[in-house]
Amino acid sequence: MVGILEDKDRIFTNLYGLHDFGLEGAKRRGAWNGVREILSQTPEWICDQVKNSGLRGRGGAGFGTGLKWTFMPKQESERPHYLVVNADESEPGTCKDREILRNDPHLLIEGCLIASYAIRAHACYIYIRGEYVFERERLEAAIKQAYEARLIGKDNVHGWDFELYVTHGGGAYICGDETALMESLEGKKGQPRLKPPFPAGAGIYGCPTTINNVETIATVGSILRRGAEWFAGFGRPNNTGTKLMAISGHVNRPCVVEETMSIPLRQLLEEHCGGIRGGWGNLKAVIPGGSSVPMITAEMAETALMDFDSLREMRSGLGTAAVIVMDKDADVVKSIARLSYFYKHESCGQCTPCREGTGWMWRVMERMVTGEADMAEIDMLLDVASQVEGHTICGLGDAAAWPIQGLFRHFRHEVEDRITQYRAGRPHVQGATLVAAE
Amino acid sequence: MSVRRLSPNQPTSFAFQPETLEKAKWWIAKFPQGRQQSAVIPILWLIQKQDGWVSEPAIRTVAEMLGMARIRVLEVATFYTMFMLEPVGSVALVQVCGTTPCQLRGSESLMAVCKRKIGAKDHLSADGKFYWQEVECLGACANAPMAAINDYYYEDLTPESFEALLDDFAVGKAPAPGSATKRQGSAPEGGPLTLSDPALYDGSAAKPLKKIPNAAPKPKAKAEPTA
Repeated sequence: MVGILEDKDRIFTNLYGLHDFGLEGAKRRGAWNGVREILSQTPEWICDQVKNSGLRGRGGAGFGTGLKWTFMPKQESERPHYLVVNADESEPGTCKDREILRNDPHLLIEGCLIASYAIRAHACYIYIRGEYVFERERLEAAIKQAYEARLIGKDNVHGWDFELYVTHGGGAYICGDETALMESLEGKKGQPRLKPPFPAGAGIYGCPTTINNVETIATVGSILRRGAEWFAGFGRPNNTGTKLMAISGHVNRPCVVEETMSIPLRQLLEEHCGGIRGGWGNLKAVIPGGSSVPMITAEMAETALMDFDSLREMRSGLGTAAVIVMDKDADVVKSIARLSYFYKHESCGQCTPCREGTGWMWRVMERMVTGEADMAEIDMLLDVASQVEGHTICGLGDAAAWPIQGLFRHFRHEVEDRITQYRAGRPHVQGATLVAAE
Repeated sequence: MSVRRLSPNQPTSFAFQPETLEKAKWWIAKFPQGRQQSAVIPILWLIQKQDGWVSEPAIRTVAEMLGMARIRVLEVATFYTMFMLEPVGSVALVQVCGTTPCQLRGSESLMAVCKRKIGAKDHLSADGKFYWQEVECLGACANAPMAAINDYYYEDLTPESFEALLDDFAVGKAPAPGSATKRQGSAPEGGPLTLSDPALYDGSAAKPLKKIPNAAPKPKAKAEPTA
């Protein structure tokens, strides 16, 4: 057996699309089973069960899902409640929700119904990134099946009126931020809103809204069917459950796989991905949670566990559990410079520190790659990064700063060497010519 | 941010084809009364599917249709990078992912193929058939490097297989999307190492549950469906 998780405990049993994605196949694999009984319980019971399972949001921030649901008003008012599912998966390295959307959409639909009942919503929007055209077609087809089988819709067999709509974005990473997503869903530019008001108070159309990631919602049905204790039995306390992990970069066999939380990173890479290209000794660095988290070194990867706490202790993060592996052939400086370009490209332009800072950081990073930067610019870059971090409405400013900070935390000597090398044998660099002229 | 402007060469008018209009109405119906603005991105997308790009007259038409100020639609069309603001290749719009996970697996060599076969980035090819761009992460990182050609994903590419793909498009074929190495989705190369237990698929998971774990002893009365 590879890894820790056994097949019988997997939630996403059609992860690779070997079986029917449609209603028949999904039901055979256990989807929709017991949903009527689950909905005969109270919304509070569902929130409590999800809380007890320890499920934390799978979209990167890791906020307790059951707790989030309890923030919604307990009574319906003239303002309807909404559930919004964030399927705007755009974090570099992350490709897990895509597998749910195209191969196991009924787990998501079932989760939407249960979660909507728990937050007393009768309508749900799934906001899927615009580029996922095929995934959207699959999801729409699955929803159509669910409507036809009267699993959802008005007067459905579950007794909770529920409308489910799919909408899509237009290729903006920023719309993965929950408030930017709401703006985009309302037909505007995706520029994040200030909080408060929080979505549970005033979300889409000014109505109480809960926003959850695809994987979070798709997990809920299985948790309730099998029991909170079952889910809480995986991983370490505070880091429970199973998790889809996407591994890309310099491993022998990149893949997406469901594993238990807290699996050792090394075991994940060695057993599921056939190890690092050229062997474990050839590993240089790992970005363990999608592009926004700082990288860790090969030595740290030796002992890292794939969970929130272990990676936070290493001053990185679990994020979306999207592992980007770099071996010794990789140019880490260039890799991070490319991420800086990404953040520059995706900044929405609303907050000045981010709009100006991401472009500035990218331009300096490009000069770090070639080595033509000045030695003093390293500290200047870190200073600017720390000024962007924490001074923006949403997290994009932080996300742009962290990879750079991570790079210099572990590989500063490499950049310094590069600058020195670039200057060696070039007498006409700034400063040197001035000295000669005097 | 990326600075995006409308093309200087604009057609004089825009007209919906009947099927596009029908789909546009389907989108509008998804949103609550008075919130038809929510459909602006999907409708601009439909227009791009119809014409290949989003023109200024189309933006005006959408503004009228949704009761929006023209500037609000213009804002959306220029903010979201999926909207092409100038005509693209008649045969294929090629979008190569260039972000780090794909870069690590060799996306630069794919872009070299594009440069050689199609020409400069963000420009129409000489024969008007192709247009290529470098785009940011498309979310298929475990199958890197990859490119989206006319909306669908072509994965696990090499310069050779990518070149063959472009050749196929050039002669009017429509190659099937997916992995160039025939990988099963995002399973590891050589086949899945997990999900092999036949009990997952024999229907035993569909048997009615005897009891929901931790169910409250006296379930409350069925939630009354609201009218």
